Amino acid sequence: MLKLRNICIKPVLQNLDLELSKGEFVVVIGANGAGKSTLLNIISGNITPTHGQIVLDDQDITTVSAANRSVAIAKVSQDPKVGTMTNMTIYENLAFAALRGKRRGLGFFSRRSYKKLFKSKLAMLHMGLENRLNELVANLSGGQRQALSLIMALLADSKVLLLDEITAALDPNTAENIMQIAAQIVRAEQRTTIMITHNMKHALEYDDRTILLANGKFSKQFDPQHRKQLTPSVLATEFC
Amino acid sequence: MSIAELLFSLELGMIFGIVAIGIYLTFRVINFSDLTCDGSFVLGAAVSSILLKSGYNPFLALFAAVFAGVIAGLCTGILNIYFKVTAILSGILIGFMLYSINLKVMQGVPNLTLINETTIFSGYNPLVILAMVSLVVWFIMSYFLVTNFGLALRSTGQNSLLSTTNGVKIEYMTMTGLALGNACIALGGALFSQHQGFVDISQGIGTIITGLAAVMLGEKLLPFRSPWIMIAACFLGSFLYRILVSYALHSEVLGLSTQDLNLITGALIVFVMIIPTRKIQTC
Repeated sequence: MLKLRNICIKPVLQNLDLELSKGEFVVVIGANGAGKSTLLNIISGNITPTHGQIVLDDQDITTVSAANRSVAIAKVSQDPKVGTMTNMTIYENLAFAALRGKRRGLGFFSRRSYKKLFKSKLAMLHMGLENRLNELVANLSGGQRQALSLIMALLADSKVLLLDEITAALDPNTAENIMQIAAQIVRAEQRTTIMITHNMKHALEYDDRTILLANGKFSKQFDPQHRKQLTPSVLATEFC
Repeated sequence: MSIAELLFSLELGMIFGIVAIGIYLTFRVINFSDLTCDGSFVLGAAVSSILLKSGYNPFLALFAAVFAGVIAGLCTGILNIYFKVTAILSGILIGFMLYSINLKVMQGVPNLTLINETTIFSGYNPLVILAMVSLVVWFIMSYFLVTNFGLALRSTGQNSLLSTTNGVKIEYMTMTGLALGNACIALGGALFSQHQGFVDISQGIGTIITGLAAVMLGEKLLPFRSPWIMIAACFLGSFLYRILVSYALHSEVLGLSTQDLNLITGALIVFVMIIPTRKIQTC
């Protein structure tokens, strides 16, 4: 479904090849500066690779702009502030995200059907946000904002979901909650997902395949059979 | 301050309220420090005045001024987006070039009088006409900002990265914001020239400061984030600015005169900036 062929961006990434099937959940781990976020930025179109090809559903999207790619690819960043709009209400943020890939005309975005959908999606978070639709995002905590940005990314029918250390800024309980929601939606809706994390427990618990990125290359892959023998501490030693 | 002075301040407040909306659109909505406004204000005034002098309908002259403002805004946008000139410099450059263009529009003379021309105010109470124009501008701009397109426009100024990843073309939105902002400013210039009965090449000096003062005052008075209220706050801020300046200039206690206008304006902006803002309301 998603294919990366010979992706290069010097000096960070060298000749990366990766193939993901529909609904596959892949976790990329690696030390700081290994190029994990750069990899996601290349896929989302924020960075153009110096060499290589990105193919999505047999279509070469290497030169397609980030805005045009957004129809098919959604991304959640590690910083909750990047994923939401501070001076807009929760409702406006969701309405904005719901229109991804659609024509943004001169009609109003206040529709009852939208409100129902937003409330049901927010209710999944168990944070009470469904009752605070008209509240400014600036009033939310970091965890609540990150949860909202995840829901925003999942609202439109994007085929690929990129999760860039989405639990990095959250407390353990909220992080666990967010990860469970993400995994639940990804599995239910068969979204092809690439997640970056430094949490080895999350890497082993939620994904189908774990890939180690080191020195600009995919140095190791841990498929389901290999991972049975792995523990978070053992996986962490692979960094060295 | 007499009733006549108060009414005059109200009239000017409405004209510069439209200018403030233009500045609100560029500085606040799309987060673009656009300094084209000093030039586009006179451009609107010049285009409107020359058309009036040629015998055209005064309302048509206003539309032509709006169109000229759109072109000025687009030029700033093109410099910034396609030639990668910084936002401030592209505004300064277009504003600078507009000085010569405005002179050309005014057929080489630095000022034109409209005393014998028919304007939109001829035969009517200026206050009523300006209230109607202001109401129309308030409705159109507020409605525009709450549409799906307006939401995308607002998103570009708040979080351009998120906008891009949600399929919004930032370049297109920046151009739209600049075109709309300068259209409002040019409309303000055209209304000002028709109201005052003249146009002067140096009329636009300080437009940016006047507009920003109005926007800031409005934000302090009505700290709500709803576009309907924010656009109305531009008018309220503009009116209050006019009242404060007029009061300061006419106050015998302060001992200030007309030449102190810039000093008063600057001091007022500093004062507005340092007074604490109440928490923004979601209404």
